[in-house]
Amino acid sequence: MGWSMKIHEYQAKDLLAAEGAKIPAGIIANSPEEAVKAFDHLGGNPVVLKAQVHAGGRGKGRFKDSGKDFGGVKFITKREDIIPIAEVMFKFPLVTLQTGPEGQKVSKILVQSAADISREIYLGMVLDRSEGMPIMMACADGGVDIEEVAHKNPEKLLKMAVSPETGLLPYQARKLAFALGFTPEQVPQAEAIMMALSKVFLAQDASLAEINPLVVTPTGEVLALDAKITFDDNALFRHPHIEHLRDLSEENPSEVRAAKSGLSFVQMSGNIGCLVNGAGLAMSTMDIIKYHGGEPANFLDVGGGANKDQVTEAFRILLSDPNVKAVLVNIFGGIMKCDTIANAILAAYKEVGFHVPLVVRLEGTNVAEGKKILQESGLKIIAAEGLTDAAKKVVAAAK
Amino acid sequence: MSILIDKNTKVLCQGLGKAGTFHAIQCREYGTQVVGGVVPGKGGTTKEGFPIFNTVAEAVAKTGANATMIFVPPSGAADAIMEAADAGIPVIVAITEGIPVLDMSRAKRFLATKPNIRLIGPNCPGLITPGQCKIGIMPGYIHKPGTIGVISRSGTLTYEAVWQLTNLGLGQSTCVGIGGDPIIGTNQIDVLKMFQDDAGTEAILMMGEIGGTAEEEAAAYIQKYVTKPVAAFIAGQTAPPGKRMGHAGAIISGGMGSAQDKMVALRKAGILVAESPADLGITLQEALKRKKS
Repeated sequence: MGWSMKIHEYQAKDLLAAEGAKIPAGIIANSPEEAVKAFDHLGGNPVVLKAQVHAGGRGKGRFKDSGKDFGGVKFITKREDIIPIAEVMFKFPLVTLQTGPEGQKVSKILVQSAADISREIYLGMVLDRSEGMPIMMACADGGVDIEEVAHKNPEKLLKMAVSPETGLLPYQARKLAFALGFTPEQVPQAEAIMMALSKVFLAQDASLAEINPLVVTPTGEVLALDAKITFDDNALFRHPHIEHLRDLSEENPSEVRAAKSGLSFVQMSGNIGCLVNGAGLAMSTMDIIKYHGGEPANFLDVGGGANKDQVTEAFRILLSDPNVKAVLVNIFGGIMKCDTIANAILAAYKEVGFHVPLVVRLEGTNVAEGKKILQESGLKIIAAEGLTDAAKKVVAAAK
Repeated sequence: MSILIDKNTKVLCQGLGKAGTFHAIQCREYGTQVVGGVVPGKGGTTKEGFPIFNTVAEAVAKTGANATMIFVPPSGAADAIMEAADAGIPVIVAITEGIPVLDMSRAKRFLATKPNIRLIGPNCPGLITPGQCKIGIMPGYIHKPGTIGVISRSGTLTYEAVWQLTNLGLGQSTCVGIGGDPIIGTNQIDVLKMFQDDAGTEAILMMGEIGGTAEEEAAAYIQKYVTKPVAAFIAGQTAPPGKRMGHAGAIISGGMGSAQDKMVALRKAGILVAESPADLGITLQEALKRKKS
């Protein structure tokens, strides 16, 4: 379906640690009081409070309306500072570049022993689409925006293709580790972390796994300081324990709801709702709305065999968005016949109580019958002839 | 003329559940020689007139099948692809959507060890040589025999394009849906090469979408090797980065895969690119005219 499942940093670190990656000592806190207990448990030494949200850019983010000038990653040395800081983190949503202006509520804080850092390295694993296999990527400058490095200094990004049958081989890990400039004493530690990353990626069907940064401490210890893993949704059927890590409060409620009905939905910020069969045509429908001066409110693919229940649920999801001022249905009937879909549209239209203009464009199998059904319904449905006509009519209706 | 399949192609269907059976019948009604089905454990029976076999190897030995259409559910689909390849079937069409990416990574590496095997898909509508052979789920009647080769990563968008071509009187040599997944058996360049070499193909319409860099690579290939007129469209000009748009492979990530980058690359290579999906047919027509003038 429509997205890649994400998990929290502490969950990703647990998975990596289980395969032998060294991570800093840390304890999860569900309240400010638990954060204090965690601080004591970690020996009363300096800690970092890390708000657990899926979005990146936590450190540079700010807690909305809190009036405080710190982000989701806060270094703390004094016991008495923990309660006031943690209270802010739990109370106000964290806004980062990736969360949108409304921010994300924090329900867990990772209290982690602070590590002194003498070096930071980027380590990641991802699918190389052209090669058709996973690759491990590393960059001697860690804590950086890796997309920017890939664009501006691609020569700084080291790549190692990983066979999905054997996984990363120890010699490949060593090769990367030496190329990254680890000392002979550090290489075995780096190798262990790379091997763990490869094992988790392949065994759990990850689609992206990153350790950013991987750090070296002044005493020569190599640690995974931060971690991020997303999973291939299509493989979750064989990893129930991974699906169990899903945090629905982090996901768009409409997208979650759509997925339950077998619909593929992505929220956008415009005012024209779209319901289309097929992903390519659904993207093209958004494009043609924009081309004619409108703004799509969403991507919605009802798939190849949409029935009345799916169309009804799709309409409900579209109409629950207060921005939506008009809806465009664009169906190219192939195996799904236009008369069948016309009947589904009518039934759904009546059931949800449509309150905005609806433009329908039908083409393909049994199109004449489909159009006739809509015409004779007596409902206020605007019929369109062709894609351009449909786009122009819905853009006009939304104004 | 055509590529990959014609009236002599003998087709198997792997996986005869509800969808597989429905489409096997539709293909037969179109005129495709559907010679049998493979359902482990049901060998020796028949379903809707199709003889059923336990294994692909047995089906090939008894029917002479030289193509297969796979409807096996995602968890077993990669295995079905490898079984077909091992049985020596030269054209394997995987319709199944939702195969785990790492399964496809392993299957693709397995296929690389088998010479002369071509996988189309997965997560694709299949392919059709109009008037001769349909292997897939597309509605047959929208097509018309002719000389335009069609390549697409999508299903219904291909129907849209084909319908526009047919209404302009432009028939098709072969239409290939290469699939919407991150790892697919046959990419744009593979199909472009076949169309360039096919005497029955006069011009090519290529529908791409966001995600990956296959269209950029295809643009470079066209500039170098393709002498026939090419028109293109890229779906997803309004898609936000980091979001999967229905297809598993349709995602702008790592600063790569945007529609704008792809359109620029195609235009730089001298390819006519439609701005609007309503102009797929007329853009191809325009490309044909320019070639002739």
